[in-house]
Amino acid sequence: MQDDTTKASSQVLVILRHGPHGSSWLREGLDAALVAAAFGREVTLLFYGEGVTALVEGQGAGPLGQKGTQPTLEMLAMYDIETLLVDQQALDERGLAASDLLLPVTPLAPSQLAATLAEHELVLNF
Amino acid sequence: MRYALLVQGGPYSDQAAHSALRFAEAVVARGHRLETVFFYHDGVYNAARLAAPPQDEPHLVDRFRALHDDHGTQLKVCIAAGLRRGLLDEREAARHGKQGHSLEAPFELTGLGQLIDAGLSHDRLITFSP
Repeated sequence: MQDDTTKASSQVLVILRHGPHGSSWLREGLDAALVAAAFGREVTLLFYGEGVTALVEGQGAGPLGQKGTQPTLEMLAMYDIETLLVDQQALDERGLAASDLLLPVTPLAPSQLAATLAEHELVLNF
Repeated sequence: MRYALLVQGGPYSDQAAHSALRFAEAVVARGHRLETVFFYHDGVYNAARLAAPPQDEPHLVDRFRALHDDHGTQLKVCIAAGLRRGLLDEREAARHGKQGHSLEAPFELTGLGQLIDAGLSHDRLITFSP
């Protein structure tokens, strides 16, 4: 285990498992990712299960008063969050292709999941 | 080992806070150090000063407080998640013009950066979510 908490290149994986509407999980998960990046940590996002719908274009505020998450997603590059993994199986199940999504992503097959979890020092699951 | 917990479930609504407490008590019973509990999402309600559960149910707020009193565990509440949900200490209550406060020591309002630090500086961060 790492004890050097000041290391700038610490690897944080934030897993987003909820869609953009119906709960605050996506927004609060993204907040955690942005804060980690603002503190100089290297952050990877994994959009998993229902979370892949966060990347479908046009996620606006809607009538329920929650802020839309699309503007936050568009800011990720400014925070140097550039590795966006998506659950390929979840895309397939929903009839989505990587080209339907708002941002360039890297598909992740189920067989790659365990290795991805293992290679990150901190995994936060939302 | 040095442990941190992340609690994201509200008290009494979901199992998450109950499980977190049982795990916390087991951690210290086994001689490990439980240094930090971080409350995020609906988990911030576990810090509600005014919680008044029926007497024949576990008092979750008191049990979290006991972790601090007995083992020095820091009880950190995300300030952004807390303010939205009405969890304010005296200072924040004054700042927002509110008559009462709903959170007090040993619970402390703090930023999300503290969650990231806890996750990276402890040997384990265990998450309890609904």
